[in-house]
Amino acid sequence: MTQVLIIAEHDGAKLNPATAKCVTCARGLPDANITIAVCAADATAVAAQAAALAGVARVLKLENPANAQPLAALLAPQIVALAADYTHLLGPSTTFGKDLMPRIAALLDCAQVSNIMAVVDATHFRRPTYAGNAIVTVECAPGAKLVGTVRTASFEAAGGGGAATVQAVTPAATLPAHTRFVARAAAKADRPDLQSATRVISGGRALGSAENFKILYELADELGAAVGASRAAVDAGFAANDMQVGQTGKIIAPELYIAIGISGAIQHLTGIKDARTIVAINKDAEAPIFEIADFGLVGDLFQIVPELKRLVAGSRALKAD
Amino acid sequence: MKRILVGIKRVVDANVRIRVNPDGTGVMTDGVKMAINPFDEIALEEALRIKERGAADEVVVVSIGIADAQQQLRTALAMGADRALLVRSDTAVEPLTAAQVFLKLIAREEPFLVILGKQAIDDDNSQTGPMLAALWNRPQATFASKIELAASTAKVTREVDAGLETIEVDLPAVITTDLRLNEPRYVKLPDIMKAKKKPLDTLTLAELGVEPRAQVKLVRFEAPSQRQKGVLVKDAAELVGALRKRGVI
Ligand SMILES: Cc1cc2nc3c(=O)[nH]c(=O)nc-3n(C[C@H](O)[C@H](O)[C@H](O)COP(=O)(O)OP(=O)(O)OC[C@H]3O[C@@H](n4cnc5c(N)ncnc54)[C@H](O)[C@@H]3O)c2cc1C
Repeated sequence: MTQVLIIAEHDGAKLNPATAKCVTCARGLPDANITIAVCAADATAVAAQAAALAGVARVLKLENPANAQPLAALLAPQIVALAADYTHLLGPSTTFGKDLMPRIAALLDCAQVSNIMAVVDATHFRRPTYAGNAIVTVECAPGAKLVGTVRTASFEAAGGGGAATVQAVTPAATLPAHTRFVARAAAKADRPDLQSATRVISGGRALGSAENFKILYELADELGAAVGASRAAVDAGFAANDMQVGQTGKIIAPELYIAIGISGAIQHLTGIKDARTIVAINKDAEAPIFEIADFGLVGDLFQIVPELKRLVAGSRALKAD
Repeated sequence: MKRILVGIKRVVDANVRIRVNPDGTGVMTDGVKMAINPFDEIALEEALRIKERGAADEVVVVSIGIADAQQQLRTALAMGADRALLVRSDTAVEPLTAAQVFLKLIAREEPFLVILGKQAIDDDNSQTGPMLAALWNRPQATFASKIELAASTAKVTREVDAGLETIEVDLPAVITTDLRLNEPRYVKLPDIMKAKKKPLDTLTLAELGVEPRAQVKLVRFEAPSQRQKGVLVKDAAELVGALRKRGVI
């Protein structure tokens, strides 16, 4: 049997949807028995959410005041202390998982497969390399323990309705004192989360200023969309770093993606390829973004975006009548 | 001597259009422009700035790879690194092996800081930094966008999915760079000439006592599936109509 341990990502109160996607990835492994580990100061709420995911057999609560913040140097030894019972250890390929999983892998002296996009069988996986320009099938040694990060955009979230057993465990691990949490400046939580939103609107360098990004927020509000950005827009200070979409930012798979004033560099495209519908608005008809867009509109964004907002708002008002 | 160790990986330049080779064994690299992994360039720039502020005495750059990786090390020396080490390997090493190489070099060089890129833009693995920190039993500060050094600690701002996170780590430590940490300097011609005289030593994995691991076999490379090119719409009204018809708004 394949014994999978998934490390839950959460903010202390809510399980991150990335974890439910790891569950779906894990269910692709043959004969998988899935356990989720929740490391927290108080794991009650998050463990209950994890236990409700379909396909999960068991949830482990690793409660410790030191787990109030997800510091890889502190979490890794605790997970390693539990690892003997598992063949596969998985986490999401979010900044949480990218920080933590390789630390676990090295302590276990085992390999990691990053950004798993498909499970072929217990030892074969597919993953993107070169900004998604080449997909490689990798083979891991049979019987060897394996650590992996899951490319969340490649998997649907596992559904609810599960009833896993929840159990508290106290791993025998000494936690280092060399790493200390200081602060987190989180983005405003009053908008849909970029990684789980069904609709995303992103702006590029063409927006010209942080001030001008407002027109995207206004359109996003009408559509219930999250707002993202290209690297150029983030580097220029028009948008926050956590809004960057692409190879070295967030990889997303919304139902609708609207790229506004973004040229479509390969590093950006790799972050949006899995979107169901892609719309591009750009004044340059030759921009590479049009090569992958389902709908393209050539024109000036400063005219088109406010007009889109009016049209969407207008027809919503009509519908409401 | 306060020393910083920086990793320099030779990769296909970020602007090259990547193609999978016909037999599926990798991507085409013949005649393709190679460069320092962009995140490693940022790592080096940061190390140089720390040295220029007087907080470090020496910056040592390390590459693991084929003899041609000397080109990237020479560029790093031209940027301002003091010395370079090439650890020869004719095959690409796995991240765990790379971490083991750095661990051996740490024992020799005793740096107070190791700065690596958060990922290499070829394999996109994002593993070596945290693996090294684990083997070394030292702190890691990944995805750094700001580093404030004190005598025995570093305060590091990290680009995380939720926003910006600040942690404090005791030194020595491993830091991995994100895009917003700095903007690397351009190399000037006189510096390229000067760099030719700087020391560049070559070592082998065997000399370091590292047995390369081969735990993940790359079986087959394929081109990704292509999205169909769509249609152009003439104005905002037609776009809204099309999206409504698809049921996405
Ligand atoms: C190591 C590395 C990692 C990277 N990672 C990422 C990443 O994760 N994500 C990412 O996005 N990029 C990434 N990049 C950068 C990427 O290569 C591009 O530079 C970047 O995506 C360009 O951003 P942009 O499209 O906003 O800007 P530009 O390429 O400058 O495009 C601006 C576009 O706006 C259009 N435009 C201008 N004015 C208007 C107007 N009034 N109305 C309509 N259209 C207009 C122009 O025609 C143009 O197409 C990375 C690069 C490197 C080297």
